[in-house]
Amino acid sequence: MKGRMTWFNVTSVALGFAFLYIPILLLVIYSFNDSKLVTVWGGWSTRWYAGLLNNEELMKAAWVTLRVAVVSSTIATVLGLLAAIVLTRMNRFPGRTLFSGMVFAPLVMPEVITGLSLLLLFVAVGFDRGFWTLTLAHTTLTMCFAAVVIQARLYDFDKSVEEAAMDLGASPLKSFMQVTLPIIAPSVISAWLLAFTLSLDDFVIASFTTGPGATTLPMKIYSQVRLGVTPEINAISTLMIGVVALGVIVAALSQKRAMVRQQAETRAVDAGAK
Amino acid sequence: MRRWIVIGIPYFWLLVLFLIPFLIVFKISLSDTASAMPPYTPVLDFANLRAFFAGLDFENYGFIFSDPLYTNAYWASLKIAFISTLLTLIIAYPVAYGMARAPKQWQPLLVMFVILPFWTSFLIRVYAWIGILKKEGLLNLFLSNFGIDPLTIHNTVYAVYIGIVYSYLPFMILPLYASLEKLNPALLEAAQDLGSPPWKTFWQVTFPLSIPGVMAGCFLVFIPAMGEFVIPDLLGGSDTLMIGKTLWSEFFSNRDWPLASAVAVILLFMLVIPIVLFQRNQQNQREAAR
Repeated sequence: MKGRMTWFNVTSVALGFAFLYIPILLLVIYSFNDSKLVTVWGGWSTRWYAGLLNNEELMKAAWVTLRVAVVSSTIATVLGLLAAIVLTRMNRFPGRTLFSGMVFAPLVMPEVITGLSLLLLFVAVGFDRGFWTLTLAHTTLTMCFAAVVIQARLYDFDKSVEEAAMDLGASPLKSFMQVTLPIIAPSVISAWLLAFTLSLDDFVIASFTTGPGATTLPMKIYSQVRLGVTPEINAISTLMIGVVALGVIVAALSQKRAMVRQQAETRAVDAGAK
Repeated sequence: MRRWIVIGIPYFWLLVLFLIPFLIVFKISLSDTASAMPPYTPVLDFANLRAFFAGLDFENYGFIFSDPLYTNAYWASLKIAFISTLLTLIIAYPVAYGMARAPKQWQPLLVMFVILPFWTSFLIRVYAWIGILKKEGLLNLFLSNFGIDPLTIHNTVYAVYIGIVYSYLPFMILPLYASLEKLNPALLEAAQDLGSPPWKTFWQVTFPLSIPGVMAGCFLVFIPAMGEFVIPDLLGGSDTLMIGKTLWSEFFSNRDWPLASAVAVILLFMLVIPIVLFQRNQQNQREAAR
């Protein structure tokens, strides 16, 4: 749909975005507040950030969170890629409905249910709770998000290039690895990033499935939030937002560059054909 | 052969780590509490299968249905999830509509700005509202400039509504935008040429065509909101009962795992119908896109 934007359209978009961003903006601004009281502005200061670096427990939690996020999002992207191929390319096999149900249900399932059920599984099989149970739990949740992101790209993928490769004698695996994968790579990267940030941000599932010694950053933040609003929490939150925003911007830029390059190549091919 | 490996790996993973855990939850909800570690009586004891089946009962369910604490929490969750889904839809629709009418080259940027908050931590976004809504918070500070008395919003159900609408807004805007963006402008022009006033065109052409997006958005908000824990816990205070919070305290504070499991099973049964409808809606949209 296109058409002229009326004043009503402009205002509603502006108000919607203001609603989405003002709370985050205020949080970031007040992380630089020199005053200990959140509502009293005491001038600009970075002292809360300096305090964070000296907080050993917090740094330890951050390290655990980062490791879990890297490992789980990497496994989740591979599994999500396989699941996306199954959903888009394999139309008939026994249990297909169950499979697509298991991919889509975790997207909306309340986290308390997912967390509780995974914990009870780990206890039932006698798996000690800690780094690995947390990683398995995050992999399971985030692979479904990865699958949805990648399958959206595979749906509007032009299959003829893959078929051309196979006609020229490439095996299905080879044609996938050398033709399909490079083309859908941007969506695979965004799937990884999404899985990474979901793992980084998760609090509920982590609380159920982790054990002593593997406390994550959101769990630490939560236990401090319960005691009240403090500039330190604002500072950690700002850092987490910063890391995620940086990742998203880098991804968006690289995707744009890939697109520009692709267009240039297509143009070159077209020019050569003339 | 290779085909079965591609299907088998993610299938097996989801069976073991998604489906089987639910069966375990269901089983444990039927067992009795024990003050051991783990705090429930063992469920699978093949050596004594008869004793195992004799030990299962619906005691936990009877307890939940007879205690108004739990039934009230289920009702409150339904009510809060329903009202906030409606509020989210009302707020999201004009935003998505405006985005769909924006110049084509701006649209990817606008979409990215809607997605961006979704990438930042849920916990942090909810926390940001405490600083705004609490008694000596930024909202009351702002209102005092105009001589308005401080409002009590934090630790009431209104804060929970605000929290849910705020956190889930992107989930509503995106599917709405996706269905509005596809809308053929020729249809609107045709309606206009035939003398239909704008509001009538909206209700008779635009809105009916955006129904798949409305459905997807409502499910994406309603289902997770039903079991929400962080928002009622941090913004709702002790007065707001929601079932996710009840489950949490049964599990972590009372350490009654069988009861917590029973609470989860009932919640799941309440959500089965919306989840199945959501799935069907997604499938229909995918097939329509082909």
